[in-house]
Amino acid sequence: MKVRVRYFASLREALGASETVELPAGSTLGTLRDTLAARGGRHAEVLARGRAVRSALDQVMSDESVPLHDGAEAAFFPPVTGG
Amino acid sequence: MVSRVSIQTADFDLAAEVAALRAGDPGVGAVASFVGTVRDRNDGSAVSDMELEHYPGMTERAIESMIDEAMRRFAIRAARVVHRVGPLRVGEQIVLVAVTSAHRGQAFQACEFLMDYLKTQAPFWKKETTPGGARWVDARVADDAALARWGISAGNA
Repeated sequence: MKVRVRYFASLREALGASETVELPAGSTLGTLRDTLAARGGRHAEVLARGRAVRSALDQVMSDESVPLHDGAEAAFFPPVTGG
Repeated sequence: MVSRVSIQTADFDLAAEVAALRAGDPGVGAVASFVGTVRDRNDGSAVSDMELEHYPGMTERAIESMIDEAMRRFAIRAARVVHRVGPLRVGEQIVLVAVTSAHRGQAFQACEFLMDYLKTQAPFWKKETTPGGARWVDARVADDAALARWGISAGNA
């Protein structure tokens, strides 16, 4: 399945605003993060386990256990700091 | 009917926003509002200005659902949230939360609830300019703790 991945704030500066990723069925936000981090380079650096990264699926704050679907909009970003 | 959520680069007028929120509702007996502004210091450094980034679409949806939750929890009549994005200088207004109710208690509580919720669950990010350069603002554990008082786990900072 194809998933669009969007990045914000410091992750956007490191990785760009968005990219499209092909994933096996059954993938979750967490496996997507690991797949991206496994590419190495900047992806590995900013998406590594232990880094504070929050995620959303289809524009709703979601934890990494949430399953993805074809055409999903996933997003990774640092902890939010509005208000 | 005034829209409940606005994300905008333009400044806002507190008096005009409150007047619009109260208009046509004679049952309103209390208005509580909060305005957040750009401070000149943060984490031990002078701050001259900041840039606010957001996640268009998700931001509006997230705040709409927070207002829905505030309407369920508190006896409030209306609520309005305005949040600015883009470049902001010290002293400028960043965010407005305004709530109307029959009596003050519910308006005060709902206003604080919405602000606590927004701080940790709405997708905004601040980048501030200091003498040492620009830096992304760190989330605060204290903001997660503020939301926990309402029985909601933030998991943000």
